Amino acid sequence: MNWDWEAFFQYLFSPYLLRGAWVTIWLTIASMAIGLLLGFITALMRMSSNPVLNGIARFYTWLWRGTPLLVQLIIIFTGLPQLGIKLTVVQSALIGLGVNEGAYISEIIRAGIQSVSKGQFDAARAVGMDFPTMMRVVVLPQAARVIIPPLGNNFNGLLKTSSLASVISMEELLRRSQMLIQIRFKVLEIFIVVAIYYLILTTIWGFVQRYLEAHFGRAYVAQTSVKQKGLVTSESEAEIEKTLLEHDAR
Amino acid sequence: MTETLSASNNQIIVEASNVHKYFGDHHVLKGIDMHVHQGEVVVIIGPSGSGKSTFLRCLNHLEKIDEGRIRFNGKLVGYKEVKGRLVELRESEIAKQRRDIGMVFQLFNLFPHLTALENIAAAPINVLKQDKEEARQNARRLLKLVGLPEKEQAYPPQLSGGQQQRVAIARALAMNPKVMLFDEPTSALDPEMINEVLDVMIDLSQQGMTMIVVTHEIGFARAAADRIVFMDDGQIVEEATPENFFNNPQHNRTRLFLSRILH
Repeated sequence: MNWDWEAFFQYLFSPYLLRGAWVTIWLTIASMAIGLLLGFITALMRMSSNPVLNGIARFYTWLWRGTPLLVQLIIIFTGLPQLGIKLTVVQSALIGLGVNEGAYISEIIRAGIQSVSKGQFDAARAVGMDFPTMMRVVVLPQAARVIIPPLGNNFNGLLKTSSLASVISMEELLRRSQMLIQIRFKVLEIFIVVAIYYLILTTIWGFVQRYLEAHFGRAYVAQTSVKQKGLVTSESEAEIEKTLLEHDAR
Repeated sequence: MTETLSASNNQIIVEASNVHKYFGDHHVLKGIDMHVHQGEVVVIIGPSGSGKSTFLRCLNHLEKIDEGRIRFNGKLVGYKEVKGRLVELRESEIAKQRRDIGMVFQLFNLFPHLTALENIAAAPINVLKQDKEEARQNARRLLKLVGLPEKEQAYPPQLSGGQQQRVAIARALAMNPKVMLFDEPTSALDPEMINEVLDVMIDLSQQGMTMIVVTHEIGFARAAADRIVFMDDGQIVEEATPENFFNNPQHNRTRLFLSRILH
């Protein structure tokens, strides 16, 4: 058998790869934050009655969901300098991943907000809440319960998709493993280690996600059988599912 | 028009004149005129689809109007007038106007992620920026007022329909509104829960609250209304004191409606 255990354990605890994993973590968190912000704004624009805002939002989601992330990253980092727009590797990776994520997240947030029944909006307005207050106090906490599971799924996806940034020489986990290979050709050992790293990251995230889901669902758990009428429509659930499938298909 | 009926020297608090409303091609409100005085209880009844709930929702600008004027304390609701035309106010300005107009809905619309106490205190804390402890104290007082002092930690789905509606009334009262709108507050309730809600409403009317109530509860109308307004097909057909309305209706359409609901 041509498998080098020594090299395997050496890579498993390699500070060089660990630092690469750390880059993957912060790159994912930062891209997610950008995606959340863009996604929220885009969702509001999509629900706005203003045709211009609506059109911009539609165009954005259409363009970014209709082209591969890999192509987007290469255009941003390698193509834009031709137009005089020079971005660093980190800037390109953050913009590429964040803006792409925002396009998907906007659909999740939109579906989540639309899952909150119209009566909740009426009630919030009737007690004198303005739009931001209504969103903060009434709508988003309820939408969160619907939004968080697919959002968590996206975060899990992004942990892995961030590896695409390696093609623009972002030194995250995958890129660093590729660089190690060029020193010693222990291909399988290194990539098994890399796979284990990703597995650990997504597993830890799974625990975080379970906690978040329990947190935002807490008001709905120990409740009697009285079902809230129209709180989550099957239509919006279907829409979220659709978004999820599209995301997985990336 | 109805000055003799309301027989009140109190000032007019809600004033609607020639209110028209369309949903697409459907002409829902066809020129509604109505005055409500301070402290008055007005019950609006009429067949379903007559536009009464829509009219109520126009009063706090949950629905836009297409023509006419609605004034609250002399000020236009939801609009300003620019060269004789209505221009909608900004969202934040409309929100300010709604603070003084409480509303209770058919399906309660309590916030399901908040406890009964939090439901009541949410707007005082987040809209009026009241001190949190002060708002909670006031919420406890209101829960007592509607007879649910032991339910402050309950979430809405843990409450019966009647209890939810009483919390919803307390939630509206927490803003110290000058007028309360009730949109079929007992229509979604099981029969045995209707009275616990109506009792709270009757108490409220006796304390001098100005109320506009869309309801089918004839018992409540007789007990608490100063005036009954009968709407049909987007128009006010007739208005009268409860006594005159039920014993001596003037219009055919009113008689027909009454014959259907008072077997």
